Amino acid sequence: MSTGPQHGLVSLRGLGRDRLEGLLDRAQSYVGSLVSSELAGATVTTAFFEASTRTRLSFDRAAHRLGAHVMDLSPDLSSTTKGESFKDTILTLTAMGTDLFVVRHWLADAADLAAEWSGRPVINAGVGRREHPTQTLIDAMTLRQEFGHLDGLRMAIVGDIRNSRVARGHLEAFPTLGVKLTLVGPTPFLPNHNPWGVRVSTELDDELGDVDVVYLLRIQNERGASQAIPADQSYARRYGMNAERLSMLKPAAVVMHPGPMNRGVEIDDAVADGERSLILDQVANGVPLRMAVIAEALGGTG
Amino acid sequence: MIVIRNASVLRADGIDQSTVVIEGDTITSVGTEPVSNGARLIDAKGVWLGPGLVDLHVHLRDPGQTWKEDVGSGSRAAAAGGFTAIVAMPNTVPPVDGGSSAVAAIERARAVDTVDIVVAGTLTEGRAGKEMAGFDAMYEAGVRIFSDDGDAVPEAGLLRRIMAYLRDLPGAVVAEHAEDRSIAGEGHMHEGMVSARLGIAGLPGVAEDVIVARDIAIAAEMGAALHIQHVSTARSVELIRDARAAGMSVTSEVTPHHLALDDSALEGLDPNLKMYPPLRGAEDRSALRSAIRDGVIDAIATDHAPHAPSEKAVPFEEAPRGAIGLETAAAAVASHALGEDQRIFFERMSISPARIAGLERQGRELEPGSPANLVLFDPARRWVPGSFASKSQNSPFAGMELTGRVLATIYEGRVSYEGELI
Repeated sequence: MSTGPQHGLVSLRGLGRDRLEGLLDRAQSYVGSLVSSELAGATVTTAFFEASTRTRLSFDRAAHRLGAHVMDLSPDLSSTTKGESFKDTILTLTAMGTDLFVVRHWLADAADLAAEWSGRPVINAGVGRREHPTQTLIDAMTLRQEFGHLDGLRMAIVGDIRNSRVARGHLEAFPTLGVKLTLVGPTPFLPNHNPWGVRVSTELDDELGDVDVVYLLRIQNERGASQAIPADQSYARRYGMNAERLSMLKPAAVVMHPGPMNRGVEIDDAVADGERSLILDQVANGVPLRMAVIAEALGGTG
Repeated sequence: MIVIRNASVLRADGIDQSTVVIEGDTITSVGTEPVSNGARLIDAKGVWLGPGLVDLHVHLRDPGQTWKEDVGSGSRAAAAGGFTAIVAMPNTVPPVDGGSSAVAAIERARAVDTVDIVVAGTLTEGRAGKEMAGFDAMYEAGVRIFSDDGDAVPEAGLLRRIMAYLRDLPGAVVAEHAEDRSIAGEGHMHEGMVSARLGIAGLPGVAEDVIVARDIAIAAEMGAALHIQHVSTARSVELIRDARAAGMSVTSEVTPHHLALDDSALEGLDPNLKMYPPLRGAEDRSALRSAIRDGVIDAIATDHAPHAPSEKAVPFEEAPRGAIGLETAAAAVASHALGEDQRIFFERMSISPARIAGLERQGRELEPGSPANLVLFDPARRWVPGSFASKSQNSPFAGMELTGRVLATIYEGRVSYEGELI
C-alpha cells in the first residue's frame, strides 16, 4: 500500500498525525492565495470513471492554481468500462506525459493499480466504497478552522455508512487526529463488522446531546441501499436532521455533509442552510486542500 | 519392478519402517527386503509412503476452456501433487449432464495414463438449476458423483426430487456447492473485518450455512447420500457434526487453502486469493482445522480452479474466482493441519475420498496385493512454490514457504512424477 508522499495519496490508513496535520497546515497556507507557479510544467491527469462534478472541478481548479497543466479523462460513463480498458487508459495517459494521476473509480483497488501500472503518484479521488481521502482531509481542515483544534472533538457520522467511502476515510484518519467517532444509523446501514473499534449506535436522538459534529451522509441508492430499508418516510423520521433535532445539540455543535444532499431525507432545508451548517465551508476548502495534496505528491516545496 | 526401501509405510495395522516391492501394477511384498536384481531402487530415507492422494474436486476446464487447463496439463499437475485419482467437476463447456457428454469425458479420461480421472456429472440439465440431469445414462456410463458445483441447486423442491431419484442408484452421491445466491449476492470476499474495512461487497458465511442445513434436512428425509463440497464456515461444521451424530451419512470436504489461510490475507486485494467459497474468518479456519483432525470433515479436496494469468491480472472485484491447488495441497495440509500424523494425513487425503467416490483401486493401505497407487511424501521438507505444471499459475501459496513435499508419485506401478528424491 502506498503511504509516502512520493506515492501520492491512495489511502489514509496508517498515516501518522504529523503527516496529516502537515497536509492541513499546507492547505491552510493556500487559503486566500491566488495563483502559484510552483508546479509550472507539471501535468496532472484527472481520470474519473464515475460521475462527479464537484470533486473533479475542485481538483482541476487546484492543479491550475498551482500552475500545472490538466488533462481530463472522463470516459463515456454510459458504456460499461472494464478494468482491462482501465489499465490501457492508465498506460496511455502515462505515455502521454502524466506526472500525477487523480483517480475516481468504482473498484476498490483502482488507485493502487493505477500507481502500480503507471509508476506515477496517484491521488485517490474516491474508489469503490473504500475511501475518499481528500474529502476526509477537507472535513478535518474545516473542523480545525471552526474549533481551532481537533483533539477531543466528538463526531457522529449518520446514515448509509456501509456504502460510504467518505465514512471509511474518516474512520482511518479522524481517530489518529484525536476525534472520537460514533457511527449512527439503522443496522442495515452500519458496517457489518467493526474493525476500527469505534462506537456504534442505532438511536440518533441518544447521541445528539453529546457530540460536537453531526456528519450526515446520503442514502446511496445507486449501491442498492434503498432496498435495505422500507420504502417509506421512516428513515427521515428516525435519522433525518431537522430543526427539532438541531435544538438537541450542544450550543457550539455543527452540522456537516459531503454532498450531494438529499434535502428532506437526511437533512432539512432549515439545517442545511442554517447557521450551524459548515457545508459551504467544506466546499470552499476543497481547492486549497487538494492543492496541498497535489503539491505534496509532486514534491513541490510550498 | 520397483523397490522402495526405508520408507515409513502406511499399513492396515499401523506404520512400519519397511521395504515395499512393486511388480506390475501391484504391491507384491511389504517388509522383507528381496533380491532386487534389475529393480528400480528408491531409498526413501524414512519419509512417508502411503496410498496415492485422491482429490474429490478438480476443474480440468476441458472441454471448453483449455487455455486455462486441459486433461494433459491437469493430469501432470495432479501427478506432481501426489495424486493418483482426481474427480473432474462437470462444469465444463458444455457441461457433463447426460449420457453422451459423460461417455465422451470418460473416453478422454481413459486416454490418460498418469492418474485416474473420475468423471462427475451435473445435478441439473445444463447445470441450469431447472430440470434434473440425465442421471440414468450418466450412471450407466459409470458416473457416481453428481454436482452443480459453482452453484447449489437453487430450489429446495428440485433438490428433494433429485434426492428422491438418486437414492435408488447405489453409490450415487449428491455433492453440493453450498451457497445461497440470494444471500451471497455480488460479494467478492468473506463478509468480515477486511470486507468491512475496504468496503468490498461481502459473501456472508450464513449463505453457506442455510444451504447445508436445507440439504441435511432433505437428505435425512430421503435417505440420500449427501456430500458437502468445500465446507468453509464454523456453523456448517456444527451442522454436519450434528447430522453425523444423528446417524446420517453426510460426508464433506475442505480445501487446503481454507485450512491454511483466512481473510486477513486479503488486505492486499491479491486476485489469486479470490475464490468461492471465500477465505473465511480466523474462527472459521480454526473450526475447519479441528474438524479435519477429528474426522467430522472426511476429506481434503483442492477445488483446483485454474484461471490464466491474464485473467487474474485485473482489479480484485473483476477477477474470476478460483485458485489452483493440486501441486500444493499435500504441503499446505501438512504445514497447516495434518503434518503430525501420517495415518490421519492419508485418511483425509486418500482413504476417505476414495471411499466416498467408490474407487476400489485407490486409498488402500499398503499390503501385498494392494494396487500400486502410491505417493512418497516428506513431511519435513521445506520449499517455496514458484511455478507450476498446471497451465495456470493462480496459486494462493506462490512465494509462501511450506513444509512437506511430494517426492514421487506411482500410478498403477509406474512412476508418474519424480521430484527431488535426494
